[in-house]
Amino acid sequence: MAKAEFEIPELKEYPEIPPIQPGAMAHSKPYVAKADFQEPLGYPGELVDDWQDKAIEAMGDLLGKYRSLQVFLDACVKCGSCTDKCHYYLGTADPKNMPVARQDLLRKVYRRYFTFAGKYFPKLVGATDLTEEVLEDWYNYFHQCSQCRRCSVFCPYGIDTAEISMAAREIMDRIGLGQKYCNEIVGKVFRIGNNLGLPGPALEDTLEGLEEDVFDDTGVEVKYPLDKKGADILLVTPSADFFAEPHVDGLIGYGKVFHEAGVNWTLSSKASEAANFGMFIGSYENMRKISLRIREAALELGVKRIVFGECGHAWRVAYSFLNTLAGPWDFLDQNYPIPQHICEFTYDLIQKDKDKPEEEKVLKFDKSQNDDMVVTFHDSCNVARASRMGDFPGGQFVIPREIIKTVCNNFVDMDPDTVYEKTFCCGGGGGLLTDELMELRVKGAKPRMEALRNVIEEDGVTHMAMICAICKAQFTKVLPYYGRGMDMIVSLHQLVSNAIVLTGQQTEDEEEEENEAAAE
Amino acid sequence: MSFLTVAFAALFYAATILLVVGLARRIYLYWKTPAPLKIPTTPAPITTGGVVLRMFREVVFFESLFKGSKWTWLFGWVFHMALFAVLFRHLRYFQEPVWGLVEWVGPLFKYLAFAMVIGLLGLLARRYLVDRVRYISAPSDYLMLLLLLGIGISGALTTFVAHTDVVAVKSFFRHLMTFNFGTMPNLPSDPLMVIHLGLVALLMIIFPISKLLHAPGVFFSPTRNQVDNPREKRHIADWARKLEQ
Repeated sequence: MAKAEFEIPELKEYPEIPPIQPGAMAHSKPYVAKADFQEPLGYPGELVDDWQDKAIEAMGDLLGKYRSLQVFLDACVKCGSCTDKCHYYLGTADPKNMPVARQDLLRKVYRRYFTFAGKYFPKLVGATDLTEEVLEDWYNYFHQCSQCRRCSVFCPYGIDTAEISMAAREIMDRIGLGQKYCNEIVGKVFRIGNNLGLPGPALEDTLEGLEEDVFDDTGVEVKYPLDKKGADILLVTPSADFFAEPHVDGLIGYGKVFHEAGVNWTLSSKASEAANFGMFIGSYENMRKISLRIREAALELGVKRIVFGECGHAWRVAYSFLNTLAGPWDFLDQNYPIPQHICEFTYDLIQKDKDKPEEEKVLKFDKSQNDDMVVTFHDSCNVARASRMGDFPGGQFVIPREIIKTVCNNFVDMDPDTVYEKTFCCGGGGGLLTDELMELRVKGAKPRMEALRNVIEEDGVTHMAMICAICKAQFTKVLPYYGRGMDMIVSLHQLVSNAIVLTGQQTEDEEEEENEAAAE
Repeated sequence: MSFLTVAFAALFYAATILLVVGLARRIYLYWKTPAPLKIPTTPAPITTGGVVLRMFREVVFFESLFKGSKWTWLFGWVFHMALFAVLFRHLRYFQEPVWGLVEWVGPLFKYLAFAMVIGLLGLLARRYLVDRVRYISAPSDYLMLLLLLGIGISGALTTFVAHTDVVAVKSFFRHLMTFNFGTMPNLPSDPLMVIHLGLVALLMIIFPISKLLHAPGVFFSPTRNQVDNPREKRHIADWARKLEQ
């Protein structure tokens, strides 16, 4: 149904920068949060009467708390370097989706109320009062930014539109104009423990089901424990991993790796969510509150290590912010990174296995299990540009690719302008993964779809692997609009899971014999 | 002393005070505003030395701009480097005795005024001709370029076309700098010099209240000046620490 409501962008062999089309996406906005979703987060239930004053007050407060905001609002020279870098601009041609123009929605108000030039010469410097129209633009266009930071790579001053979007959303929340999708989810995490609102018993059921599936598949009893006191490792993973496809295949993979590594691990029903939408809404307090669940779970279960599953923004909060928000982590084992990414965990084992003879390896792989695929890798924005893996800059690019190459024979990278630090957002990050924004999501996926199409046609790529729950959900939903099957999308640890040979698992010969017998 | 001399003396004192005090206040503001979270754009250096190197590449070579837009980089980099070279050459008008190096590069660097003007014209053309950049430009964005062009062109003309009494100009500034008003000579009153000095004073005045704040701003940009070590070292702002109590 949705397909008929807007035009699907046409994919080009060489990416084109569209001429501007003012107002092209002026209609796009997410549902506004009702009071029930606002109040648990500490925000007014609806737009307050003196919202102008309150918004300016909130802006002043944030300017004093965030150097990024203060410097970024001052430093922009309108050079235009960022104007053709945002996937939403490239996909929609709406000039307010150019990073600098999006920032200017806030900057022009900042100038009006906080700078000499804007107070006395507003027209000269493009400063404006905070009017209802401006507020509408704020709401619509700060919810057309996935906070992917691609613009910040190309800015000579490192201005990061994500910081501006986060501040704008926090200001709007404080005047009672919140976004339903994000705020409802944050509320669910506080109430139930995860974004999807899965209670403990449902998780337990799901995990038992996984154990049965893996046993049927391999004949090996791989455990997926929940709330196991005294476990060494707490795995915190996005709740989509518990049931969504292809997420759950990744979770199966983590469990197999842990099983082979012989570590004692557990999930937690309290911290049954790696995602932290507090970041999307720019709320330090909510982000901190969500993070503290992980600390509490770690203390209650008495774990020594924390490992995060495949999730982009969750890894940003984990890697970059967790020590700040919920540290210090002096009660954990200091010999391991705190926290550690599941890819770091797997890669570490692969590295240690390198010089060992085949039979002594901890992780044994049969790469041919993935021979039906030609795989490419989508760098998720928050992993690529807002975090790291391993002990060297850029480990976040090397480690996932090395894992893929260890478990797959066929790996191809996409156009260098669309991977590594220049990777394009999937189009659904930053709290925009909601159905009412489908047009934006489909159009925002265009640059990635173009790069993907090129490797499909030139290199016969069949699958795109990734390590982010939002990317996985977004692509599986959006690919059909571009005429591709959603099964192209795979979790990285799904590839690991396919290739891993569990101890005690039937060997290939046995399997072949069985197959032959079945064929006869 | 002529009226012009007195007026320009007052103007340059005022402009200098506004520039220095305005910039100092702004830099202090950036300095004291906390950065509560680690937000370097990664991959980022994992040592302080690495950050110094990253910042050096950013301010000397405009590394990120080079990644972003080759034309803007070309015009922007040429303009800025030429501007610094020309400014360096201008030390000769304020020093007594003049440093050997300033003396030595003088004859060569004076031609860089052309590079500066070409760079500015390129930036102006781009601002107008590229629809995206035109869309984001306010009147002040054009005026800033025109102001710098005015300074560059008027300066180049006094050097290459209509010579002014540069000895008197230098003497004027030396007296200003040493607060010695008794023997202060009159400032030459040829229009080019008046325009050149007037525009320079204007630039100094608007520096701390305009986008020229990008100059100090870049050094305070958390996405560029932070070390990527959040797991190793706990980073916390004072206001955030209070939430823990």
